[in-house]
Amino acid sequence: METILLFAPLVGALVCGFTWRLIGEQAACVVATGLLFLSMLLSWVIFLGFDGETYTRTLFTWIESGTLFTDWSIRVDRLTAIMLIVITTVSALVHLYSFGYMAHDDNFREGESYRPRFFAYLSFFTFAMLMLVTADNLLQLFFGWEGVGVASYLLIGFYYRKPSAGSAAMKAFIVNRVGDFGFLLGIFALYWMADSIQFDVILAMGPDLMETTFPFLGYEVNAANTIAMLLFIGAMGKSAQLFLHTWLPDAMEGPTPVSALIHAATMVTAGVFLVCRMSPIMEYAPFATNFIIIIGAATAFFAATVGLVQNDIKRVIAYSTCSQLGYMFVAAGVGVYSVAMFHLFTHAFFKAMLFLGAGSVIHAMHHEQDMRNYGGLRKKIPYTYWAMMIGTLAITGVGIPTTYFGFAGFFSKDAVVESAYAFGGDLGSFAFWALIVAAVFTSFYSWRLMFLTFFGEARGNRHTHDHAHESPMTMLVPLGVLAIGAVFSGVVWYNSFFGKTDQVATFFGVEYEDTYAEGGDGEDHATEAEDSHGADHHYVFTSPPGEGAIHAAPDNDVLNEAHYVPLWVKFSPFVAMILGFVTALWFYILNPSIPGRLAQSQKPLYNFLLNKWYFDEAYDFLIVRPAQWLGRFLWKGGDGSVIDGGINGLAMGIIPFFTRTLSRAQSGYIFHYAFAMVLGIVVLITWATLSSGG
Amino acid sequence: MDNLLSIVTFLPLVAAVIMAVFLRGDDEAAQLNAKRLAFAATLATFLVSIFILVQFDPNDTGFQLVEQAEWLLGLQYKVGVDGISVLFVLLTTFLMPITIAACWGVTHRVKEYMIAMLVLETLMIGVFVALDLVLFYLFFEAGLIPMFLIIGIWGGKDRIYASFKFFLYTFLGSVLMLVAMVAMVVDAGTTDIEQLLAHQFSTGTISLLGWQIVGGMQTLLWLAFFASFAVKMPMWPVHTWLPDAHVQAPTAGSVVLAAILLKMGGYGFLRFSLPMFPVASDIFAPLVLWLSVIAIIYTSLVAMVQEDMKKLIAYSSVAHMGFVTMGIFAANQQGLDGAIFQMISHGFVSGALFLCVGVIYDRMHTREIDAYGGLVVRMPAYAAIFMLFTMANVGLPGTSGFVGEFLTLIGVFQVNTWIGVLAATGVILSAGYALWLYRRVVFGDLIKESLKSITDMDRREKAIFAPLVVMTLLLGVYPSLITDVIGPSVEALLTQYDLALSEFVPDTRFAAND
Repeated sequence: METILLFAPLVGALVCGFTWRLIGEQAACVVATGLLFLSMLLSWVIFLGFDGETYTRTLFTWIESGTLFTDWSIRVDRLTAIMLIVITTVSALVHLYSFGYMAHDDNFREGESYRPRFFAYLSFFTFAMLMLVTADNLLQLFFGWEGVGVASYLLIGFYYRKPSAGSAAMKAFIVNRVGDFGFLLGIFALYWMADSIQFDVILAMGPDLMETTFPFLGYEVNAANTIAMLLFIGAMGKSAQLFLHTWLPDAMEGPTPVSALIHAATMVTAGVFLVCRMSPIMEYAPFATNFIIIIGAATAFFAATVGLVQNDIKRVIAYSTCSQLGYMFVAAGVGVYSVAMFHLFTHAFFKAMLFLGAGSVIHAMHHEQDMRNYGGLRKKIPYTYWAMMIGTLAITGVGIPTTYFGFAGFFSKDAVVESAYAFGGDLGSFAFWALIVAAVFTSFYSWRLMFLTFFGEARGNRHTHDHAHESPMTMLVPLGVLAIGAVFSGVVWYNSFFGKTDQVATFFGVEYEDTYAEGGDGEDHATEAEDSHGADHHYVFTSPPGEGAIHAAPDNDVLNEAHYVPLWVKFSPFVAMILGFVTALWFYILNPSIPGRLAQSQKPLYNFLLNKWYFDEAYDFLIVRPAQWLGRFLWKGGDGSVIDGGINGLAMGIIPFFTRTLSRAQSGYIFHYAFAMVLGIVVLITWATLSSGG
Repeated sequence: MDNLLSIVTFLPLVAAVIMAVFLRGDDEAAQLNAKRLAFAATLATFLVSIFILVQFDPNDTGFQLVEQAEWLLGLQYKVGVDGISVLFVLLTTFLMPITIAACWGVTHRVKEYMIAMLVLETLMIGVFVALDLVLFYLFFEAGLIPMFLIIGIWGGKDRIYASFKFFLYTFLGSVLMLVAMVAMVVDAGTTDIEQLLAHQFSTGTISLLGWQIVGGMQTLLWLAFFASFAVKMPMWPVHTWLPDAHVQAPTAGSVVLAAILLKMGGYGFLRFSLPMFPVASDIFAPLVLWLSVIAIIYTSLVAMVQEDMKKLIAYSSVAHMGFVTMGIFAANQQGLDGAIFQMISHGFVSGALFLCVGVIYDRMHTREIDAYGGLVVRMPAYAAIFMLFTMANVGLPGTSGFVGEFLTLIGVFQVNTWIGVLAATGVILSAGYALWLYRRVVFGDLIKESLKSITDMDRREKAIFAPLVVMTLLLGVYPSLITDVIGPSVEALLTQYDLALSEFVPDTRFAAND
């Protein structure tokens, strides 16, 4: 079953990409989509029937050299099962959606077939992503990691006629490679220390690695921290965290279904998945996890500030994705991996829906993406409007604190914020406040998007507005399905991801123990607890590292603590959400002249945000140009003047005889060479004969 | 078949002789006959060479299929293969029919061209199977002559300069290697490579012109061989002949040069330097590692700013060979496995990339990157194939390019983390130059007037690429096809190597003086 699940998308990609001329365009796309739905069905079967027990199916050997040994295999545990349903569900819906969205495209000329290629890429992407999450060793994970990178590259550059698409595709791949550089070094270091890169072996070695040091670049470094840091650099690239985030907004050059699938729901979350997968090592790498918290919180804040002022509807959502990924990393960094996965899970639904909704708006508006040219679309495209509304309610985290009423994002985001607070210390407060401010901004830019698009007066091209039309059913159905996820995925699985420790442990297949009986500190909490469940118990994870899908070090009690944060902490995301909403309402509905005036009066700040903190300009100045200059210098100066100049000069000086040869007939020197060689052989033979004879 | 190796080695030469003697005329029919004969001969050679693999037992780490005979002047003819060399023979025989098929469009002195190619094949196979020092030297040096001719007669407009440069470089290395070989024969009293491998060359420190030479004779011999192999690889800083030679060589010449001739240097290191002079290899390993890592970064940066497609790919070849030398002198299982894998994979991938350039060069007669753009619009099949090999060149997992790069890096990381980290930047830089090339040539809109009527690949061209596509993906997904064959021999080599190092005690008699 797992094998079929895994290879169905690959078969779909191959059939669709190579045989569409035989079976027809439509049929090829239908095959790919059908196989994806099959994968989705099997994924849900696995997810719902999963008992928490990890199992592995080995296919065949991959790379084998000395003690280095890797298989192609399928490993299923709770983390994998969660990722399986996220990937296949969103992917299947995006396939379906693409029938409508990609039906006509002005980027291609009459008679050019582009749809089979599109579907083939989508299916190939899905296959690579599935390989990533089912890996039982780091190398197969890396295969999937790079595979999704290529699929992303191909899909960002899908509109190959646009120069901007080509640049964006290249940038995405290269920036990701910077992350991969760290990832690879992490694999090397891990293999050196553990003599294996199989998860079974390395995940059990977390505590050992914490005690080990090795020489790295002239320093004696802690193994666990170094390895975790290097792997996290890989995660930063793939998940577009601060400093390696610049590719994600540009990736919006790809068709919108791609943005929904790859750049919102699945690929960009691979970094979060990696950190969670490596939790048994992360738990013993305090320096690295602190770094993860800082980067995650900083990204959440940074991306949200940039999102405030963007005008391209897709870029707003892209920065929002970047920001939400920061939330996930904070949760992972503080050691509550289940919450990181929870936010990943709910985010996949509501963010995919926001993107597909944006796609529906763009589709309706003839590929206009600038929100300044929208306005008043509420009545023109009512279904899209309602879908986007649900997505916005979910991402801004609408819900009533301390109850079970709320949209998906409400549960997971609050869980992240509470975990950050519960982590405590300066770092915990930093992360907490960064996330709260980011939540205000999130709410603001999400509502700004809604108000600019669906409310107010129609702006921009009159003609485009007159012809705005609701999207076909193939596009609306996926929106509807995702809407269900955006509403209910939080409340249904709340206890599994962020319930009491024993519930979470059961869900993730981790053993747990009740320390209350031994006179643990559970009693203090019991009085604060409002939920009767668990009031008399204090559970802790007790599985040794490597067993169960996630791991918590013995001193990691953040998951438990997160349930006992003060009431004001539980209400703070709610307040942030209201604050953002009211400001947006005031700015864009009640008094629409404010944004313009504010931009005027705060010109430097506005430009700073609009230009994304000038990261692209800085990188271009600091890295790209010097590299090109250096290349040119080494070529003309190094190869040209120094090496060729030196060697030619040397040769000409020592053997002027040959310089004369140069001016002779073209084959002259060849005979000289042949002659020299024959002479050499004669010498050798003579010597050999003489020495063996004598 | 007792003389299987000899048959494979000399079959192309026999075909060349037949062609020289019996084929007359230079009209179209004669040209076609020459091409057909050459293709048939190389294909037959490949088919026969498959039997080598069938009879080869990977678990036997000694030489197999050995043939030995008296030759003139009391010299011996001895050939054989082990796990290290056998796949290079196969690589050569596999690529030659493809190469011949790729020069179907040649019209200038076709018969001579085919003869040169066939002779070249014999000499290249000879290098990999020779088990006698004289024989090896003969094949090794003579192989350059047909290559000179191919560049010099069928090359581009600066072919004279290019082949002269090629010549100057290789000549110096060859002279030194020859001297070293003479010294070896004197010392060991035999030209038999098998016996030379068992011979221990002295490592006692010697004093020469006031210099203390640690490692003694081994050091001197190692340096002499290094001079020759480093040029052939080519290693930085003696690499500058390669871009020029590639640019001037015809497509088929470039394919052979990149795919097979460059591997002779690496093979030389594995056959001579490492097993025969282990102590010296160990002494010089840091030097080689640093030169390798400089090559990777330096030539990748240079590749990034090239305006000529062939030059760009040539520079990327130098960078990839940097991974090979790095792996070899990491001197551990992953490093050596990776180095051999990288050489074989590079044979397919760089060969294919030069063929990719050839496809559009045949149509537009320019290698200038700026002359292209938007080819995907009219050449979708070409775009797909070029994409695959670009990704293989970048080292994407799932293609053969990844395995060698990964293994050499993981091998060297355990020896020196600085080298590992710096060399790993190659994964970023290679993505930079390769994707930028692809973007400029294939992506974008097709707006250049000259390209408006360019045609996609025809059936012959697709057929040429098919085997390369299959091998690149097959080896990427199931690399055990190679590592199973080379593994035991590499392990045996390393055991010997480590043993020799453990026995070596640096002579301190002279060191005490300073």
